[in-house]
Amino acid sequence: MIVTPVWYMMLAAALFVIGASGLLLRRNALIMFMSIELMLNAVNLTFVAAARQLGDINGQVSVFFVMVVAAAEVVVGLAIMVAVFRRRASASIDELAELRG
Amino acid sequence: MTDFIWIVIALPLLGAVVLHFFGRRFGEPRAGLIGFGMVGASFVIAAVAAIPFFRGESHGEHVFLFEWIEGLGAAASLLWDPLSAVLTLVITGIGALIHLYSIGYMHGDPRFSRFFTYLNLFIASMLILVLGDNFGMLFVGWELVGLCSYLLISFWNEKPSAAAAGKKAFVVNRIGDVGFLIALMLIFTTFGTLAFEEVLNIEAWEEHGIELSVGLATAITLLLLVGGTGKSAQLPLFMWLPDAMEGPTPVSALIHAATMVTAGVYMIARTAVLFEMAPVSSAIVASVGAVTALFAASIALKQRDIKRVLAYSTISQLGYMFLAVGVGAYVAGIFHLFTHAFFKALLFLGSGAVIHAMADEQDIGRMGGLRKAMPITHLTQVVGWLAIIGIFPFAGFWSKDEILAVTFGKGGGYYVLWAIGLLTALLTAVYMTRWIALTFWGKARFGEDVHPHEAPGSMVLPLVVLAAFSFGVGFWNTPFLPSLEHFLEPAFEGVEQAHLPEGLVPWVLAVISVGVAVVGAFYAFRRYRGENAVELSPIGKGSWSLVEQAYHVDDLVGRWLVAPGRAISNFLAFVVDRDVIDGAVNGLATAVKAAGERLRPLQSGFVRQYGLGLVAGTVGLLVWFASRGLT
Repeated sequence: MIVTPVWYMMLAAALFVIGASGLLLRRNALIMFMSIELMLNAVNLTFVAAARQLGDINGQVSVFFVMVVAAAEVVVGLAIMVAVFRRRASASIDELAELRG
Repeated sequence: MTDFIWIVIALPLLGAVVLHFFGRRFGEPRAGLIGFGMVGASFVIAAVAAIPFFRGESHGEHVFLFEWIEGLGAAASLLWDPLSAVLTLVITGIGALIHLYSIGYMHGDPRFSRFFTYLNLFIASMLILVLGDNFGMLFVGWELVGLCSYLLISFWNEKPSAAAAGKKAFVVNRIGDVGFLIALMLIFTTFGTLAFEEVLNIEAWEEHGIELSVGLATAITLLLLVGGTGKSAQLPLFMWLPDAMEGPTPVSALIHAATMVTAGVYMIARTAVLFEMAPVSSAIVASVGAVTALFAASIALKQRDIKRVLAYSTISQLGYMFLAVGVGAYVAGIFHLFTHAFFKALLFLGSGAVIHAMADEQDIGRMGGLRKAMPITHLTQVVGWLAIIGIFPFAGFWSKDEILAVTFGKGGGYYVLWAIGLLTALLTAVYMTRWIALTFWGKARFGEDVHPHEAPGSMVLPLVVLAAFSFGVGFWNTPFLPSLEHFLEPAFEGVEQAHLPEGLVPWVLAVISVGVAVVGAFYAFRRYRGENAVELSPIGKGSWSLVEQAYHVDDLVGRWLVAPGRAISNFLAFVVDRDVIDGAVNGLATAVKAAGERLRPLQSGFVRQYGLGLVAGTVGLLVWFASRGLT
C-alpha cells in the first residue's frame, strides 16, 4: 500500500476536527489548551507533507515558526491558568466571564 | 556723518530692557532716574546730530543699519532729515521732561519701575516711527506705539474702566491700521518697494517708468488718511482718545497730546508727494481736520473732568494740524504740531499736578481757587492757557494763525474751512478759559478735608521749562523770520506748498483771530468765575446735554456698530460654532457610542462561544470558496 500525501492530509484533517471539537465541547482550560495544540500540529503536518511533495523547504521553515509561537502561547496561557487556579479552585472556563461587555 | 543716530533709538530701548529685568531691584526713584537719563541722553545726541541742519550744511541723509526684508525694499535704515529731526527733538526733549515729572507723579506706585519700562519703550517705538526710512519701519513703529499706548492707558488695570479704555483704544486704532496696511500694499504693488527714496521721489518714478494715475494716488492717500484718523483721533475714529485719559496723567501728556497722536500728521507730511498727486484727498484731509476741530471743541465746552476737557482740546488742535497739511501748508502743520506739543504737555502736566494736589479729584466742579495753594503751577498754566487760545505773542498764536491765514489764502471753498477754524478758535478760548477759571480762580468748592499743596520739585521743574518754551517756541517761525520754513525746506523739496497770502491780509486775519480769542476768553471769564459756575451752559440756560454726552457718538456706535457686531459674533459662536461644527463632531461621537452599546452583548465572556464563531466563520468561508470553484 503506497502512502500518498492525500493520506497525510486526511490524517491532518481528522486531527484538526478532533482538536476543534475538544475546544468547543470541553470546559476544562487545560484540555482546551491541549486541543489547540492538536489543531496547530494538524496544520504542521499539512505543511510538512506539502513541503515534501513539492520539494520546497519553505513549508518546513513555517513549521518551526508555528512551533515557537505555540510554545510561547502555552507558556503565557499556562501562567494565566496557574494564576486563576490560585484565586479559585476551578478550571472551568465558563466561570471566567467577568470581562464580558 | 550722523551714522550714530541709531543710538537715539537704542538708548531708550536699552533702558526699557534693563528696567524690565532689573527695575524692581533699582526701586524708587532710581528706576525713574535711569529712564529719564536714557531719554535725556537721546535728546542730547539728537541735538548734536541736528546741528548741521541748523547751519544749513546738510539736507538729510539715509543711515543704513542692516538688511531687513529685502523683497519689500524695507531695510533697517533711518532717515535723518530736518522733518524727522524736529520730531525727534520734540519726542526726546518733552519725553525727558515728562520722565522727570513722572518720578514725582508716580511716587509710591507699586509698579513704579514698570511704568518707566513702558515709557522708555514708547520713546524707542515713537523714534522708530519718525526715523524709519521706509513704510515698513514706519508701520512697525506705528504698531509699537499703539501697543505702548494700550499698555499705558490700562496701566492701572485693576480699574475696570482703565482696562476697557485700553482695549477701546487698541480696537479703534486697529480699524485705522487696516486702512493703513491696505495703503502700504497698494504702494508696494505700484512702486515695487516701500523705501521712501523710491516712493516719495518723482524723479525715481520717471527713472523706473512708473506712472501714478490720479485715481490710484487718491486711493492710496485716502487709505493713508484712514490710518491717520485712527492714530490721530480724527473723525470718525476719535472716540478712543477721551477714554484714554484713564491712564496716568504723564501718559496723557506724552502719548495722547505731544507725540503719538501727532503720528498721523507726521505721516501725511512725510507722504506730501503722494498727497500732492491727489488734490481730492488733500481737500478731504483739510475738511476732516476742520470739522473735527469744531466738533471736538464744542464737546470740550461742557466737560467736567479736568483731563477730558484737554483730551477734546487735543482732538481739536490735531484737527488744525490736519487742516494745515490738507491745504498744503506742511510747514504750518508741523509748526503747530511743534508748539502744541509744548503747551498741551504743559497743560496736561499742570492738571496732573492739580489732581495730585487734590488727592485724585478730577472734577473741575469741585475745584476752584487753587491759585493761592499752587502759585507756580498756576502761573505755568496761565502761560499754557494763553498759548492755546492764541494770544500774541505766545506760541499758539504764531502756529494757529499761520494755519488760518494760509487756509484763507487758498480762497474758494476754503473760506468755509477758514470760518470753521475761526469759530473753533472762539470756542477754544471759551472752553480753555472755563477750564482755568473753574480750576484755579474763583472760590474753592472742595471740602475742608482737602488740603491742596504745591507739587514737588521734580514735577514743578518740567512745568516751568515747558512754560518757558510755550511762550518762546513760536518765534521759531514768524512771518518776519520764517526760520522753521527754511529749516524744513530740504524735507519738502519738490513739494508745492501753500504760503501766507500777500500784503496786509495776514495782519488783518491775525487781528481778527486774536480779537475773537480775547472776546471768547472775556465772555467765559465773566460767566464761569462764579460759585456755581460749573453748572452753567456756555450760552443761555439750556441743558446742552447733547454736547455734554459728546453727541452720543459712543451710544450710536454702540447701538449701530458694536451691537450688530456682537450679534454676528454671537451667531457665529453659539449657532455656527457650537451647534453646527461642534454639533457635527458631537453627533458623530454619539452615533459611535450608540453603535458600541448595541454591539456590547457580542462579547459574552464565554470563550467557547468565540471559538464556535471562529469555526463557523472558517467553515462559512470554506463553503464560499468551494462554491466558487478553486480557481
